[in-house]
Amino acid sequence: MSIGRRNFFKVIGVTGASLAFGKTLNAAPKKENDIEFSAILYDSTRCAGCQTCEVTCAEAHGLPAPVDVPKAGVVRKTDEYHRTVVNAIATENGEVYVKRQCMHCNEPACASACLTQALYKTHEGPVIWRERKCMGCRYCMISCPFDSPKCEYDSPNPKIQKCDMCYDRQKEGKLPVCVENCPAEALVFGTRRDLIREAHKRIVENPGQYIDHIYGEHEAGGTGYLYLSGVSFEKLGFNPSIQLKSYPELSKGFLYAVPSVFVLWPAILLGIREATKNNKSNEEGNE
Amino acid sequence: MRKEMSKTDYIISNDNDSSRSTWKFLLSELKPRGKFLTPFNIISIPVMLLAAIILVYRFWKGLGPVTNLTQEVPWGIWKGFNVITGVAFAGGAYVLTFLVYILNLKKYHSIVRITVLNGFLAYVFYAGALILELGRPWKIFNPVIGNSFGTGSVLFLVAWHFLLYIIAQMIEFSPAIAEWLGAKRARKILSGMTVGAVIFGITLSTLHQSGLGAIFLMAKDKIHPLWYNEFIPIQFFVSSIFAGLSLVIFEGSICKNVFSDQISEKSKKAHNGILIGLSKICTVAMFAYFFLQLLVFVHGKHWDLLNTPMGYWFILEMFGFVLLPMLMFFYSYRRNNIFMIKVASVITMIGVIMNRLNISIIGFNWNGALRYVPTWMEVVVSVAVILAQIWIFRWVISRMPVLRESPSWVNENE
Ligand code: SF4
Ligand code: SF4
Repeated sequence: MSIGRRNFFKVIGVTGASLAFGKTLNAAPKKENDIEFSAILYDSTRCAGCQTCEVTCAEAHGLPAPVDVPKAGVVRKTDEYHRTVVNAIATENGEVYVKRQCMHCNEPACASACLTQALYKTHEGPVIWRERKCMGCRYCMISCPFDSPKCEYDSPNPKIQKCDMCYDRQKEGKLPVCVENCPAEALVFGTRRDLIREAHKRIVENPGQYIDHIYGEHEAGGTGYLYLSGVSFEKLGFNPSIQLKSYPELSKGFLYAVPSVFVLWPAILLGIREATKNNKSNEEGNE
Repeated sequence: MRKEMSKTDYIISNDNDSSRSTWKFLLSELKPRGKFLTPFNIISIPVMLLAAIILVYRFWKGLGPVTNLTQEVPWGIWKGFNVITGVAFAGGAYVLTFLVYILNLKKYHSIVRITVLNGFLAYVFYAGALILELGRPWKIFNPVIGNSFGTGSVLFLVAWHFLLYIIAQMIEFSPAIAEWLGAKRARKILSGMTVGAVIFGITLSTLHQSGLGAIFLMAKDKIHPLWYNEFIPIQFFVSSIFAGLSLVIFEGSICKNVFSDQISEKSKKAHNGILIGLSKICTVAMFAYFFLQLLVFVHGKHWDLLNTPMGYWFILEMFGFVLLPMLMFFYSYRRNNIFMIKVASVITMIGVIMNRLNISIIGFNWNGALRYVPTWMEVVVSVAVILAQIWIFRWVISRMPVLRESPSWVNENE
């Protein structure tokens, strides 16, 4: 909805891609799958925890190769040097793995927070960061419910690091490196709509293997990364309090109120000023 | 009278001479006045020098070596204290301009200028502190010019409102500058713009004081549930009223001593009446605030959280630093107890600092593994920003007619 508000502001001007999405999403939220966002389906029951995605991601983005390995009981986190990490988790199904990175939300909090549109939801679906725009305020980090954007604090010219779904490769018609190189086929790339269908198919066709929940189908208003799992997502380390509404919705009310305050307030203030004009003589008389 | 007018007009029109003498005048005004080795100077100068060194290092090596910021707590005290808390304390300016220019309560006229000056400098310095902690400050004009408008961003609105409000306050204060320079005609034009600037300024203040709270709306899962609620914007707005006024009360009693030579006997006498009036407003605003917090709390049903360390902290903030000073304000205006008003204002200020820090830092990712504690370097810079503001504040007061009466030619115009 806040995206709808953006339209309000930008009747004239740049027709950003996110606006187009915003419109469709808001006008007909039921039909969100009409938009062919590209997405990635990650099947944690297939993941072998081999870290190929981590290694190839680091290589492709000029980041240092990971030095530690997934170990049950240790929570590895993405940071400014690691856009994606794989964690091992001991569960009733034995050791399972879970890959973490930016979720590429349909309505990303980070992009709605960013005051320069440096973080940006592209037409195609990936949420990217654009160096030439960012001023390093880190409001994206405050807002992202998944704590995905990371800041290079140790650089005098810090970048915001996060998964960009290999947007540049996608434009060349290539797959994201992690998807291309995953030996276990735990990662599949496609349109969000197709992948949700595929995920449902896997759940139906393999009773007992999966829990009946595609993480990312509805979480945070829907995300571009979709997860399948054999155990609850809370066990995999996902925050159970993530809401289903999109996060930009939360500041919608405030943003809506701004124009009306801007119009009404001055008028009211002027009115009061006129009404109290007599005070002047009164007060002075009293003193 | 008419004769005098034409004389000044003549002086102003006589460009060459007057501009040369204006320069001389400005240069002489730049020199320090009075005793130099006061305790304040002896403490503040080394702190500011040290901060300057730290800042050189910070821009050379990045934020990392100087601050303790983490990936989970990306905003430290430069933002949480200097910007978010500092701006709340600048709220006095819009409240007082509201009283004087909108409600026409002339009683408060004598403290409007100093409050506006303080507000103006607070914005310049505290919004300026933002630049220190931006990772890429050379891009700061991106949201102001060019095609990088993140118009759906609360921070975008706040940034714009800061900018516009600084201009509005500049206009509100400008008659004092004109009086200082003896620019009679300019003063007339500028003071004619005051009411417009005031109305614009109050509107902007309403929006960005609440906007500072709205910044945190999307951090729903990260801020401690006792502090997070959808009314943060309203709470920030209401608390900026009594935060600002408490600072006005506190600052007024300090200025009364430090600059006592500047203040006329008449305003000294009127000052107590002003304090009583302000404490009334504080009582009402704090009551509204406390009541709102209470409603939100009952509605949020977080009873279980009260019996945790963060819960005790919350109770302390609400009862010790909102309810208690509210009762003190109430008691003191009924009993004419000026001393207690001052004590209450200090407690209120501490409470507002607590509240802003609880939302932006202490309660932010409160259950994260890594807690953020500022480095000594962050603290030094934070303090130096405030000291630098006081320096400029003092410089202006001892030169321009802020506390003292305007020059005699002004009254004729009014
Ligand atoms: S997960 Fe965070 S960084 Fe990624 S798109 Fe969503 S809000 Fe943005
Ligand atoms: S740090 Fe950069 S990308 Fe993040 S919100 Fe600020 S300007 Fe946008």
